Amino acid sequence: MEVEVDPRRCCASGMCALTAPAVFDQDEAAGTVVLLSARPPSETWDSVWEAADSCPAGAISVKD
Amino acid sequence: MTQAPSAPRLPVERTNPFDPPSRIGELRETEPISRLAFPDGHVGWLVTSYALIRRILADQRFSSRQELRHFPLEHPMAREPQPPAAPGMFIRMDGEDHSHYRRLLTGQFTVRRMKALEPRVQEFIDGCLDALEAAGPGADLVEHFALPIPSLVICELLGVPYAERGRFQQNSKLLMRLDSGGADVWAAVAAMREFLGELVTAKKAEPTDDILGGLCATGELSDEELVNMGFLLLVAGHETTANMLGLGTFALLTHPEELAKFKADPGLVDGAVEELLRWLSIIQYGATRAALEDVDLDGVRISEGECLVLSVQGANRDPERFADADSLDVSRSAQGHLSFGHGVHQCLGQQLARVEMRLGYSSLFRRFPGLRLAVPPAEVPTRTDMVIYGVHELPVEW
Repeated sequence: MEVEVDPRRCCASGMCALTAPAVFDQDEAAGTVVLLSARPPSETWDSVWEAADSCPAGAISVKD
Repeated sequence: MTQAPSAPRLPVERTNPFDPPSRIGELRETEPISRLAFPDGHVGWLVTSYALIRRILADQRFSSRQELRHFPLEHPMAREPQPPAAPGMFIRMDGEDHSHYRRLLTGQFTVRRMKALEPRVQEFIDGCLDALEAAGPGADLVEHFALPIPSLVICELLGVPYAERGRFQQNSKLLMRLDSGGADVWAAVAAMREFLGELVTAKKAEPTDDILGGLCATGELSDEELVNMGFLLLVAGHETTANMLGLGTFALLTHPEELAKFKADPGLVDGAVEELLRWLSIIQYGATRAALEDVDLDGVRISEGECLVLSVQGANRDPERFADADSLDVSRSAQGHLSFGHGVHQCLGQQLARVEMRLGYSSLFRRFPGLRLAVPPAEVPTRTDMVIYGVHELPVEW
């Protein structure tokens, strides 16, 4: 799995950091998405799909 | 002579305290985008399916700008053209105007910051539960628990003295009423602005370590912007969560099997909060957007300028998205519900609301395991007369 994020689109809802904290974090000052792992381990994949689906701004893209 | 059939008004009649008007579900099945008449004579649309609402909320061709809005319900302001949003009132703006203000706040509401706030929220909750017990053997849960907890928290975060809550709770409630008179609404707005204006002046003279103090210290915002941003955060921060705490407790107390599951397994709390958000959908009259251009939605032509009322209730009870959607099930995954909205306007304070609800519901039933209603459910006064649904009072005993 490959994950990409676009902090310029991000509206800092925090859904990704809440849903998949091993893969996504939030910038301390701006609250926008910080990608911790572009090729996350398989045990996180379900939560990554859920985070991408939940993202209100469409700032996360995932490729199998 | 034939007359064009007139469009219906927004369905609002509930048959019980928890379910949306039955017409919402019927429309979702037969006509998920249907014509809707507004009190000012505008004819727009009512949207009731999950997929469409989610798509519209993420589509920048549908605007949040205040001057394009029509109100779907009778209200003192419903027949008057709306002015553009006042500076700082960013929920009624689009694009860069909106994100300029939102970006000044997003760092304050991150998951990590809200997590760090948990011990302080727990202190407030414990204090409220002490006061509830002292008021017993029975008491109103709204007065002693549901309203004070989010009020205390947002006051501390913003830097608003809680002792002066008399100056904002009543005015805020009046602004949420659908039947307030026009003069009362303007008086409440003026009183809130005066209150926040005094705070801004004080914080500019003597900087404080809180959100409003931080905004004042940037030096980038006018007094009017600061007052309006404070207004928005103060009202949004306590009205919404207060109603979720009150109505959510009412729902659990009237669904004993779900309450038993919740009490038996503390690990259910995160999911239970999401399910209560989904099932209760307290933004009962939906979100409104206006089309900036002609748009085709599943074969329906939406014309530029037409307003769409997006039924959050309809979306959250859509069986295409949630199996057995009309049932409350605290052990399901309600992921994807639209109670905080969707798109770039999605609720800024949602992670704070989650912390307050998780700790709030858990602490309440841990401290009062025998909590029960003190009146029959039909006698609990519900907020059908308010923009945000909930209960006016919740008489309980333990």
